[in-house]
Amino acid sequence: MNLDFSDDQKFLQSEARKFLEKEQSLQRSRSVLDTKQQYDKDLWAKVLAMGWTGIRIPELYGGLGLGYLELCVIAEELGRSLAPVPFSSSVYLFTEAIIKFADEQIKSEILPKLISGECVGTLAITEQLFAPTASNIKVSVDNNQIIGTKIAVPDASVATHVLVICKSKTGIDLRLVDLINNNCEVQDQDTIDNSRGHSLIEFNNANSQLLSNAGDGWALLQNILNQAAVLFSFEQIGGAQATLDMANAYAKQRFAFGRAIGSYQAIKHKLADMYIGLTLAKSNTYYAAWALLNDSTELEVAAATARVSATEAFQFCSKENIQTHGGNGFTWEYDCHLFYRRSKLLSLNIGSLAAWKEKLVSGLERSNLNSLD
Amino acid sequence: MDFNDTHQEAAFRATCRDWLEENARLKGGAGNDQRYGKVDEQDFLNSARAWQKKKFDAGWAMLHWPKHYGGLEASAIERIIWSQEEAKFNVPHGVYEIGLGMAGPVMMQYASDQQKSRYLPPMAAGEEIWCQLFSEPSAGSDVAGLRSKAVQDGDDWIINGQKVWTSGAHFCDYGIIVVRHDPNVEKHAGMTFFFIDMKSPGIDIKPIKQITGGSSFNEVYFNDVRIPDSQRLGAIGDGWRVAITTLMNERLAVGDANGTDAKEAFEWAQGQDDHGQPLIKNRGVRESIADWYCQASGLKNTKLRTMSALSKGDTPGPEASITKVVSANKLQAIGNFGIDSLDMAGMLKTDDADVQSFHDAWLGSAGLRIAGGTDEILRNIIAERVLGLPQDPRADKGLAFKDIPSGN
Repeated sequence: MNLDFSDDQKFLQSEARKFLEKEQSLQRSRSVLDTKQQYDKDLWAKVLAMGWTGIRIPELYGGLGLGYLELCVIAEELGRSLAPVPFSSSVYLFTEAIIKFADEQIKSEILPKLISGECVGTLAITEQLFAPTASNIKVSVDNNQIIGTKIAVPDASVATHVLVICKSKTGIDLRLVDLINNNCEVQDQDTIDNSRGHSLIEFNNANSQLLSNAGDGWALLQNILNQAAVLFSFEQIGGAQATLDMANAYAKQRFAFGRAIGSYQAIKHKLADMYIGLTLAKSNTYYAAWALLNDSTELEVAAATARVSATEAFQFCSKENIQTHGGNGFTWEYDCHLFYRRSKLLSLNIGSLAAWKEKLVSGLERSNLNSLD
Repeated sequence: MDFNDTHQEAAFRATCRDWLEENARLKGGAGNDQRYGKVDEQDFLNSARAWQKKKFDAGWAMLHWPKHYGGLEASAIERIIWSQEEAKFNVPHGVYEIGLGMAGPVMMQYASDQQKSRYLPPMAAGEEIWCQLFSEPSAGSDVAGLRSKAVQDGDDWIINGQKVWTSGAHFCDYGIIVVRHDPNVEKHAGMTFFFIDMKSPGIDIKPIKQITGGSSFNEVYFNDVRIPDSQRLGAIGDGWRVAITTLMNERLAVGDANGTDAKEAFEWAQGQDDHGQPLIKNRGVRESIADWYCQASGLKNTKLRTMSALSKGDTPGPEASITKVVSANKLQAIGNFGIDSLDMAGMLKTDDADVQSFHDAWLGSAGLRIAGGTDEILRNIIAERVLGLPQDPRADKGLAFKDIPSGN
């Protein structure tokens, strides 16, 4: 019985935390937010130099060939420090999809460049102001040429490649598009969390390559999102832990009516509830990491469980952290809002909380209740 | 990360399993509900006694205890493996948990060797049942505010006062009790801890009728009851420290609020009608079930993390402190859901086992949110012991017990 990370993985995590603290990841996130720079170029270069983008890429292509757990501990630290880098788009979404669904030619061309940062990838799904489904996708492909507009695409302004969910004659395709000199126009979009860049992409007859089989795109997307949900859950529990730590420190140091506000039960119980939500989410996220590592049939339910708990925990902790800080928490100067913004962004980026609750329950229906024992 | 037992753990699990299969019936089939309060009390006590004796004879009753008291000297992880396996079988529970979970450890730590040899084996064998006498009418969450008096008289102590919420006092043989020997010192310093023969003259036990209609708790009155000084556990004035050890054990013993859970809610929703459709199609219901499932699996996976620490020989973190506060509230929500799903008919008591379980959950959970530490006290414990927040300023600090405002 071992639902824990190994000593090596814990060491990797503590080195990652030290690195991100030393590099002032949180302050850089604030600066990207202030200046709408989309990402921090210097921090990204340093992350690339650490080799984190190649953690899961097989050694054959120059990567480290490690398992998912190493990626999980890195994700937790990126989440804790709100790192303003295109890591999640390029690694959890794009690289993973290339490893799983691309042919040998694409892999040998792109994977080494994803490690070095010469290539940065992302995934384009959303088109309209409501949830995308297999039947409402309008961006279309004909003769390998893609036409249409995607919105809220993460890190598109730094990306060199994008995976596009589009409508074809056979159904929904997952297609790879080179963003450079390929009739693609990228416009940055204003979001609730400008510490992470998001853009609109207009495809005007952009050349594309099909991944896997035509018509399989929607199923492939679910597979990509289930995996990514586990990794984003680690970012969320990292963020939730950071806000609980902030609220805890503030509650001890801030005095009112002659005593630390943390000595009032109203504050204690709030923080205890933050701890409870975080602990449940963390345990579910660890379990999902196990399911991911072992490519378990339980991954769908385990990933949705982690996603729902971690989304709720981070949103709860980040909002109650502002509340614990009182008026200071509402200022631009304090860091509370950085986490509040990020918690909302992460609650939406691969589908809403309601959508993931629905995935969880339909997964339970399909699993014939095995997951409920 | 892996969920497999080590070879040693797997072998131990197989041994547990083999014995259980020979001696008990797996859950899931038809048969009596073996929970306390569900069948005639005397019948239930008889079957609980028989099961406890069977376990004791095979060494399973208190498997972590030393062999000379009837244990197997099992490790913490083996203890968990045993309880995981036993939980899969339809066996009686609810009679011995407090005695074995609270009186057992305190006797093990503070009683003399001679007393241990006399009392521990019959306790484990279920021949003598033990209860816990801490709470009083004016000392609930603030249990250190207890006022039952102990006055020394030669080799004896004379006890006067009243205890309350004593589970099973009416069928118990012995109890552990904390009383005030000195009201003139600060409240935590004036208490002393004993074990007591529940058949002693001067003890009067009155059942409390609970909101469920049942009576598993009692009021226990003490009228000049004598306890020999040899039955004192810990030094005079050390009662609070001894009691705290016991309360820590209680939190482990109380643990999960058992009862209808996400799975039962899900299965019920598949079969229940909602305006001509199965209730499970209702979006609001689906969201609620997702929430309960996340809580239930969060608790399950938290236990796995605790086990992981034990399996590696580490001390578990404080994660387990969340169990009762989460599970009791979840139980209450699920009970409400099940009853509400019957619309107007939800008010009716029926023979349907599912409906009964929702009614039981709805009523019983109200008690579980209080027993063994209220939701509020547990949140204080998480805040103070886990998060390190400062204690509340206290109105009773530094005062002699007799000078503390009591509201009376």
